Amino acid sequence: MKHLKKATLALMTVGALAAAAPAVQAEDQFVSLLSYRVGPYGNNGISIFGGFIDYMQLVNMKGGVNGVKLSWEECETEYNNARGVECYERLKGKSPTKGTMVHPVSTGISYSLLDKSVADKVPLVMIGYGRTDAIDGSIFPWAFPLVTTYQMQASAMLKFMAQRDGGKGTADLKGKKVAFIYHDSAFGKEPLEVLRAESALNKFELVEIPVAHPGIEQTAQWQQVRQHRPDWVIFWGWGAMNSAGLQAAQKVGFPRDRMVGVWWSGAEEDTVPAGPGAKGYLAANFGVTGKDVPVIQEIQKTVYGGGKGDLKDQSKLGSVLHARGVLHGIITVEAIRTAQEKFGKKVLSGEEIRWGLEHLKIDQKRLAELGAAGMMPDVKVSCSDHEGSGWVMFQQWDGSKWNKVSDYIEGNRTLVRQLLTASAQKYAKDKGITPRDCAKEDMAAAPAKKK
Amino acid sequence: MFYRETGQFKTSYAADQQIFPIRQDRVGVALLLVFAYLVVPVIADQYWFSAILIPFLIFSLAALGLNILTGYAGQLSLGSAAFMAVGAFGAYNFMLRIPDMPVIPAFILGGLCAAAVGILFGLPSLRIKGFYLAVATLAAQFFVIWALTKFGWFSNYSSSGVITAQQIYLFGVFAVDTPAKKYLLTLFVVSVMALMAKNLVRSNTGRAWMAVRDMDVAAEVIGYPLMKTKLLAFAVSSFYCGVAGALSAYCFLGTVEPDYFTLDLSFKILFMIIIGGVGSILGSFLGAGFIVLLPIFLNITLHPLFGLLGIDISTAVVSNLELMVFGGLIIFFLAVEPHGLARLWQIGKEKLRIWPFPH
Repeated sequence: MKHLKKATLALMTVGALAAAAPAVQAEDQFVSLLSYRVGPYGNNGISIFGGFIDYMQLVNMKGGVNGVKLSWEECETEYNNARGVECYERLKGKSPTKGTMVHPVSTGISYSLLDKSVADKVPLVMIGYGRTDAIDGSIFPWAFPLVTTYQMQASAMLKFMAQRDGGKGTADLKGKKVAFIYHDSAFGKEPLEVLRAESALNKFELVEIPVAHPGIEQTAQWQQVRQHRPDWVIFWGWGAMNSAGLQAAQKVGFPRDRMVGVWWSGAEEDTVPAGPGAKGYLAANFGVTGKDVPVIQEIQKTVYGGGKGDLKDQSKLGSVLHARGVLHGIITVEAIRTAQEKFGKKVLSGEEIRWGLEHLKIDQKRLAELGAAGMMPDVKVSCSDHEGSGWVMFQQWDGSKWNKVSDYIEGNRTLVRQLLTASAQKYAKDKGITPRDCAKEDMAAAPAKKK
Repeated sequence: MFYRETGQFKTSYAADQQIFPIRQDRVGVALLLVFAYLVVPVIADQYWFSAILIPFLIFSLAALGLNILTGYAGQLSLGSAAFMAVGAFGAYNFMLRIPDMPVIPAFILGGLCAAAVGILFGLPSLRIKGFYLAVATLAAQFFVIWALTKFGWFSNYSSSGVITAQQIYLFGVFAVDTPAKKYLLTLFVVSVMALMAKNLVRSNTGRAWMAVRDMDVAAEVIGYPLMKTKLLAFAVSSFYCGVAGALSAYCFLGTVEPDYFTLDLSFKILFMIIIGGVGSILGSFLGAGFIVLLPIFLNITLHPLFGLLGIDISTAVVSNLELMVFGGLIIFFLAVEPHGLARLWQIGKEKLRIWPFPH
């Protein structure tokens, strides 16, 4: 018992020291990372946060953002909302900037942080996930569901399917049958409304098949697929659900090249465990990935060459999720850079970074300069448009790697916008928020005022 | 020494029956409450409020609810998270649909909804026992989450099935908007309900529960109606869980999806009472502290510990290590004291009372 007491005391002391010690020097731009490397989605988290950290490391090794070094600290969330909130609060206190901006990389955690980010004046950035109606910057000034929302992606998927079948637009899906297999959570349900609207508009039949978390067992769902014989399957999964779904599809003999996954279902982590069952499988993505991308090569040469790489398993370099992590890094750094142009080359506060995010502009020329040409569509954010793009491309798994099989496709923007705006307005009404006047701010593009 | 009841004579029945018969306990609890109500709001910062204290109190309340059912009435349940979900969505709907709904009654109504669902899913307990009952309560877990996602009405037709807690006001004017105020509201609800639970289990109802727990046939023979007793335990337990759920929506997370209340959470609450102490009010708090706070503590300490020792170790390894240490500690505490942390505390108290003569 005595030893136990001593050990406990020692641990407590370390804990107290850790809590008291300031984590960063004031001259660093501190980025809090709510990472997950264990738990059901840990495998995906390792790649995403690996890419994110690798890119920030690269920027630091090249002298930082206009001389301002980045620093960061990870906190393990296990993809759990309560732990996510704890991590956010803990890291917030580590620097005067309150963490610069927060990337929860989890739809659930982003929901839990939505109100807090407004109160703390820390931008909440959700690249390819999250509360999607937050694209309305007049109602959600602090939330940025950047690049492309689930709804735009779902709509683009339908267009892509029609095009694969030799048609021109989504209207050519008329009379066909599309099954939507989704993770039965906020993440999976986000696109439901737009799919229903598209089905009514374009007269194709939509079959909704929910899969309960964690989705390791999908025999019943795929039996349903066999029964309905859909022309296409939209597969909306995350983590272990993906490879299980691919294997189940193989079992019931549903052709994988008629199956289109969301961008959280189209990574090496999903296809490799499914083995040959994954060959031919299609999935959405932001852009090209792989080891040939110049920025990935630079990371390999400079960061890993210098022994500072984050990934243990270097074969994951340039994989879909690692590349997405690098994109997180690029967007973070470019937003800081944009804000620096206005506020000066120093450590910036959350409010200043918010301005940077709202005036973020990354085109293919800029991406090419960064060595990331084609990794994502052009992004141009404004007060009224916190999405910035809405375009998406598609890739196919050939058994060993992902290949790009389409150009950038845009879904039915008018329809999606209509639905998202209605949802945002309902939120504003429930919460009693008076929207900002975006028309004025976008026109002036001058210093954005606080809400 | 200082913890001894020598000289404290009871001269009335009331004095003999009070919750804490020993004066030192009374003083200790009073000091603790004064500290929690007056000192903590002054010294704690936002991190402590929103990340540590509020979740700790909420999970203590949920564990307390399960402890009433499992620890006192002997009915094993795996549906605690579902009852929390009913409470959260219930309170949300009352706030949404009734204009100017005050918050405390909304919590109570949410809790009552959970109690009703609890009674419904408690019905199998009249026929089945033990592990089989646990399996039956799993039905509640899956049915409730399914119903909340399936029927849009519960989430006010939010496209993603997520609810956002409304801004709450006490007595219509006093806005509960900062973490400190949310902490005080949570603390108030939890301390009142813990006091009620403590009294409940000492009352005739509590004795009926314990009689049923120890041997239900005997309890029936001596005149306790089984159906009423068991269902009451389900109702009270679900009520506590429901209020905990409403608190987690309004004072902790702010925005919740049904998926938050998964089976994992039910298991966590069950582990809290197993580690804290089955059949003990204090045990619910100790268990919640162990399950909620220890992983955070490990997370904070392990990284600098390795830094201190000069070992360069990857974050992924530390995250895994944290789980291993946590698992190891659970086994350690259960091996040292199978009856939970509350029992350790009790042994400590008894040792103090007879100190320095152990026999």
